[in-house]
Amino acid sequence: MPADFGKTGAAQPGAPGSTTTQRDAATVALRDVEHVPGTAKPDPILVADGVQRTFGGLKAVDVQHVEVQRGAITALIGPNGAGKTTLFNLLTGFDRPNTGEWHFNGRALAGVPAHKVARGGMVRTFQLTKALSRLTVIENMRLGATDQRGERLSQALFRPLWRSQESDITRRADELLARFKLDTKKDDFAGSLSGGQRKLLEMARALMSSPEMVMLDEPMAGVNPALTQSLLRHVKDLREQGMSVLFVEHDMDMVRDISDWVVVMAQGSVVAEGPPDAVMADPAVIDAYLGGHHDAPLSEAEEAERIAAAQAELDAEMAEREGRA
Amino acid sequence: MDTLGSIFGNGARAFIGLDTIIYALAAIGLNVQFGYAGLLNFGQAAFLAIGAYGVGISIAYLGLPLGIGVLVGIVGSAVLALLLGIPTLRLRADYLAIATIAAAEIVRLLARSGTFREYTGGSAGIGGFSQDFYALSPISEGTYGFGPWRYDERFTWIFLVGWTLVILSSVLVFLLMRSPWGRVLKGIREDEDAVRSLGKNVYAYKMQALVIGGVIGCLGGMVFALGRSSVQPDNYGTALTFFVYTVLLLGGAARVMGPVIGAAVFWLVLSVTDTALREAIDAGLPLGLSTSQVGQVRFILVGAALMALMVFRPQGIFGDKRELAINAR
Repeated sequence: MPADFGKTGAAQPGAPGSTTTQRDAATVALRDVEHVPGTAKPDPILVADGVQRTFGGLKAVDVQHVEVQRGAITALIGPNGAGKTTLFNLLTGFDRPNTGEWHFNGRALAGVPAHKVARGGMVRTFQLTKALSRLTVIENMRLGATDQRGERLSQALFRPLWRSQESDITRRADELLARFKLDTKKDDFAGSLSGGQRKLLEMARALMSSPEMVMLDEPMAGVNPALTQSLLRHVKDLREQGMSVLFVEHDMDMVRDISDWVVVMAQGSVVAEGPPDAVMADPAVIDAYLGGHHDAPLSEAEEAERIAAAQAELDAEMAEREGRA
Repeated sequence: MDTLGSIFGNGARAFIGLDTIIYALAAIGLNVQFGYAGLLNFGQAAFLAIGAYGVGISIAYLGLPLGIGVLVGIVGSAVLALLLGIPTLRLRADYLAIATIAAAEIVRLLARSGTFREYTGGSAGIGGFSQDFYALSPISEGTYGFGPWRYDERFTWIFLVGWTLVILSSVLVFLLMRSPWGRVLKGIREDEDAVRSLGKNVYAYKMQALVIGGVIGCLGGMVFALGRSSVQPDNYGTALTFFVYTVLLLGGAARVMGPVIGAAVFWLVLSVTDTALREAIDAGLPLGLSTSQVGQVRFILVGAALMALMVFRPQGIFGDKRELAINAR
């Protein structure tokens, strides 16, 4: 991964034609935003303050302040163990922080259970894909729709009460499946799909609820390169349709390609923010990945000095052994 | 010929007999909980016990009418489901398993304890409360049925009521499971976090499944009590729960007809092995068994038959092999 830094000449997948109105809008909106951790955005959809989560003595997440711009694709990057997934879990109600509050669309979400967060318009996917294996693809999709009358026990028994809604949902599911090229798999069990197709299905299923914000936890992990392109396009599509996206990703080419803004986490806190190119040149980010005291090449004098020191140590040891014998 | 006749006759009666009805109802309830929602309820026997004792205590000791007794059983089993579910359903699946297996034993031990003998009859149980039930019967004295199935008017009545309950419960399960509500339940079985991320209140659905399954199970307990005209605490031990699991897996979990066919086949196999062994001993075949050992040996044979089934048809009689091929999670 670190090798990706500064690799400017790498293939830029999807670069032609990827400049779009929404992308331009996001770029313009974020142009004058300062490149410092916790900076204010012109139109934030998600604002978190003082979110802390400790596991025993370990501070897994300690975020002072962070804002996510509406209608933009924001990448959340950082080395392993930086607390990205934990922050995801906290924001979406799958885990409770020790302290902290956060607002989504102005609505306070601290202490709100996960299913209500999802109903409120913030839907997430998982790092380890959670396709519902023994349900068919279309049933997976239908499950994604919210406010279903037939999901209430009182009305479930009477099909006429939910039949029309069910066919609306099915129509929408069919459209999404066609968009994600899963329509031929419609009646297969989700468990029979390949890893990449499951990622697609999970994303499509999340869209069934017409969310305002989509949180993707490593959407490209374990996906073959051909499908990666398709997934990338779908993520960009989300922005075109006016959704905000926050995603965790390790592949820097991908981050550079699709994100409007990058937030870097290390050891639980936000250490840098900015547009992709600026962030990747930021020494704080390189430190976060490589460690603060990464090896600089030695000068000749230093090298000679170290060799002399090592030699002296060896000599001393030899002398001691001889003395003993 | 006579031997074959009695094996066939007993088997045919067991296939649709009282035990089949009781186990079918218990397994239909368990199917809602375990088969569809993935809830590990290891205390289904307690729900049957509550149904049986609800009817028995209400009528025999409190002098209430049958209808109230039935209501007491249903409300009692719903309350038990809530008591078990409230602390455990937010936790990982195994906590429900531990709580239910313990609760079932608590229910049975309370029922057979000397302290409540006045109401529960202690280890002897309760008897003589089924007059009201049989008084409701519109069936006049006589013998009904054909072939091997010839029953007196009392058995015909409980038989009809029991099978009506089995059919109604199966229809209820069918209607629920084809609905979006059932879809959420099946989703929870596969991965509850995924379902939660789609905006469903997983806790509420699991609770509903636990209550519905418990109430259907309690109907089985009522048929048990009324059919035998007695309630005995030791009929509701952990063995009952595990036989109900056997029935469910035999028939195929998460299939509407699975529990019913599973119960019928389970009791058919028990009956056939039982009769065949007894006849063989009577005929003087050198099996090295006495008639008193047959009861145990037939369970050994049933166990072996079940192992064979799990090897050659692991999805159960009604299961879908494609589903098994998918390694869930």
